[in-house]
Amino acid sequence: MSEIDEGLRSELQRQGVWVTSMQELYNWGRKNSIWPLQFGLACCAIEMIATAASRYDIARFGGEVFRPSPRQADLMIVAGTVTKKMAPQIVRLYNQMPDPKYVISMGACAISGGPFKTGYNVLKGIDRYIPVDVYIPGCPPRPEALLHAFMELQRKIDNQKLTGSNKAEHLDSEQLSEFPVPAFGAHDLEPPANPDVFHPMKIERRQ
Amino acid sequence: MAPNPYLFIVIFVGVALVFPLLPLALAWLWRKFFQPPKPGAEKNAIYECGVESIGDAQIQFSSQYYLYAIIFLIFDVEAIFLVPFAVAFTGLPVGGFIAILVFLLLLIEGLVWAWSKGCLNWAK
Repeated sequence: MSEIDEGLRSELQRQGVWVTSMQELYNWGRKNSIWPLQFGLACCAIEMIATAASRYDIARFGGEVFRPSPRQADLMIVAGTVTKKMAPQIVRLYNQMPDPKYVISMGACAISGGPFKTGYNVLKGIDRYIPVDVYIPGCPPRPEALLHAFMELQRKIDNQKLTGSNKAEHLDSEQLSEFPVPAFGAHDLEPPANPDVFHPMKIERRQ
Repeated sequence: MAPNPYLFIVIFVGVALVFPLLPLALAWLWRKFFQPPKPGAEKNAIYECGVESIGDAQIQFSSQYYLYAIIFLIFDVEAIFLVPFAVAFTGLPVGGFIAILVFLLLLIEGLVWAWSKGCLNWAK
């Protein structure tokens, strides 16, 4: 599959001929029909509901079909504080979503635990167990921020490759689509983070 | 020359076959050439829920619950009758008062009977 020359494409478009490739058609269809999984965890979910309602209207981006079953969902919006009690359920729901699947980590709590980070029962970020595509800071983020994250995700999907060595994860048979579900340990979740997924930024301090 | 009237049925059957089979065939081809299947224990789980399912789905409910449901229903209906009775209590003639007492008595008798028969004891 060769890329189309941009000049040729615009020249053809001027003549009323629309040229595309399989990859573009596939990504165009996918990015405009992202169905989120319908679940909310805390106050961020209220903003997510507002985004889905008529004032902000996520339907403009093709994401209004909130699915109550993970089998029909493409996107998991982790909207709110993830408690350690809830984390295994979220990982399990993520595992049950069919490929391709994406995760938006919405709000400070889903990113890092937020204001409840020091709480004994709060998970310090859902990216410890599942790969996150877009992070939205905010406490809670406004609907515009969620829409921005949605557009970022659409941009990401649009740039995914169909073939080649850097093709999209769900097309690569080597890439995992399920991740181990943490179990309740004596003091914390076991394991506290999945080392295959969780790559925290290292802070180098000068001595 | 008029076309055979069964021709339309043949066309409809053809469309009815192509309409579902074409997307399925496309999905199968897509899976074969581009997207490798990635099955897993949880992805293939029967029940799609965050919580792991416990035990078997093919269980039997005890019919003991049925008696409770019936008794609850009777006294639920009684409560509906008691509300207008209580609202109209001061302006009620003696006949109406006695009628509602008889109604109550019948239900209380029923409760006493059910109690004495042991219906309120939960059978294990």
